[in-house]
Amino acid sequence: MTVVDETAPVAAPTRRAARKPPAPRGSAMSYGFISLYVLLTLAFGVLPALYALVLAFTDGEGGFAGLANFTKVVGDFRFWPAVTHVALYLVIWLVALVIFVTLLAIVVHAIRIRWLSRTLRLVFYLPGALAGASSVLLWLFVLDPTASPVSGLLTALGFDSFVQVIAPGNLPVVFTVVAFWTGAGGWIVIMYGALNNISAEVIEAARVDGANAVQIAWGIQLPMLRKWISYMGIMSLAAGTQLFVEPQLLSQASNAVVPNDYSLNQLAYQYAFQQNDFNGAAAISLLLLVIALALSAVFVTRGGLFERD
Amino acid sequence: MTSVHSASPRSRRPGLSGWSGRTIVTVMVAVFVLFFAIPLVWLLLATTKTARGLTVGNPFSFGSLGDLATNWDQLFAFQDGAVTSWIGNSAVYAIGALVITLVASIPAGYALALTEFRFRRLLLVLTLIVMLIPNTALVLPIFLELNAVGLIGSPMSVILPMSFFPFGVYLTYIYFSTSIPRDLLAAARIDGCREFQVFTKIALPLAAPIVALVAFFSFVQNWNNFFLPFVMLPSSDGYPVQVGLTSLLASTPAFNPSSAGAQSVQLPTLALATVVSVLPVLIVFLVSQRFLVAGMTAGGTKE
Repeated sequence: MTVVDETAPVAAPTRRAARKPPAPRGSAMSYGFISLYVLLTLAFGVLPALYALVLAFTDGEGGFAGLANFTKVVGDFRFWPAVTHVALYLVIWLVALVIFVTLLAIVVHAIRIRWLSRTLRLVFYLPGALAGASSVLLWLFVLDPTASPVSGLLTALGFDSFVQVIAPGNLPVVFTVVAFWTGAGGWIVIMYGALNNISAEVIEAARVDGANAVQIAWGIQLPMLRKWISYMGIMSLAAGTQLFVEPQLLSQASNAVVPNDYSLNQLAYQYAFQQNDFNGAAAISLLLLVIALALSAVFVTRGGLFERD
Repeated sequence: MTSVHSASPRSRRPGLSGWSGRTIVTVMVAVFVLFFAIPLVWLLLATTKTARGLTVGNPFSFGSLGDLATNWDQLFAFQDGAVTSWIGNSAVYAIGALVITLVASIPAGYALALTEFRFRRLLLVLTLIVMLIPNTALVLPIFLELNAVGLIGSPMSVILPMSFFPFGVYLTYIYFSTSIPRDLLAAARIDGCREFQVFTKIALPLAAPIVALVAFFSFVQNWNNFFLPFVMLPSSDGYPVQVGLTSLLASTPAFNPSSAGAQSVQLPTLALATVVSVLPVLIVFLVSQRFLVAGMTAGGTKE
């Protein structure tokens, strides 16, 4: 997911060419052109969403269940801990992402030595190739004091064993570190591109008026980045609610010191494949979807993402 | 890194003034460089060591090529060469989905941008919405749907859902609606081109960069996908390498003491597995980074 999200803001919010009405031609051709995509959208976008909706409101025999599935999963003793875990992770991860990505992008952009700026971007960007299970595996090594390249640092922080590092209280930070390492670089490159698009005259005018670098960053660059930051927020938020592979692998590698129902998505998986309760799983999936979309709506409205300018 | 950026005059960039400010910034950048670089460098070095050398020796020393070869042999001997078939599976899934994605999304983006038809707006809005839905959110319902038609366990259960890639349609749509002059298409029509020829002869060649961009994102995402194949494929024979890694992890005594036995995997072998599992993506990243950023900002610079 991470890599893909990164490009859209370049094009996303400000394009206006779509205003021009398309030529009223080739209607039959158009249907041919969109047919395969429409088929895929129906099969793997619309239909599963509707199916989840139906499942969430029916019981195992297909009868209408009202809100029974929802009260069941919400009443599950594993539900609220999972919600808390995911929420805590999201807060820490989003704050870290927004602050450090913006800061690093502005700093790298301010570096005038071209090869240095370019190398830095590459160094930040490359870990993005290791997504999913690979990055988690790598971080299992880094966080295990017996093998870690930074075992000195871990010991200095008071961690002598792997189990201590991945104590439940540390996990939101651990997952943030993994996610930041993998995903931040792409966003830094995007923000860098956005900074390049700020018109030279504006910056020059500010400098003539006596603004220093910090004032320019705060007064001009940051407001101009607002849409991009909201876009980053939306994508990262939506993806973050779906936390799965990190706790799953950690659970496996720690002999269940990390529970296998740590995140909501894991709980949904447990419902579906351990308890054979697909209705309960659908209820959790639906809750997750609603939360992700609702939180995204906040970013969209507050961040002015789809405003035209 | 980019041809686009080089066009920008340097004078526009705010400089960092003040000695103390400079120091703070330098330290911060240095810390982040170490943070991003150390794990990667260490991982590459770890593949050249013995299990003992990994825990005892200097973390940033080079082991030996002989140990690398030993680790390599051990990795590919794991479960009679399971790793080889996982990599093969990954390639089939990622490339299969990539092909369908391109065939589906490039014409769709073109039609959305440059032609008029009923439900055009609806399809556009739908694309925006499904783009915001995280990939993993629909995996369980898709499992049930494919289960109902008896596809679970077949390669298609992974390829088909992965080939649905609304983001690719969106990128193509943006590109066609901002970067292709309509006059050009109109001229082609006047010259007697039929609609299909306008697309294949005029629009498609111009869209080469965006086709490559969509292909890149689709490939990387498909290759790294974990949750979907994890759910859809019940047997190890069908695993892509990302899911296969969990089998290796489960056989590593360092993380799973109960697994000590004939098939146990040592840490350097696991490190090598991690490198091997991302090698195609890493190569694609390195090869395409210049063109990538140019492509990503293309929508922003051409008007």
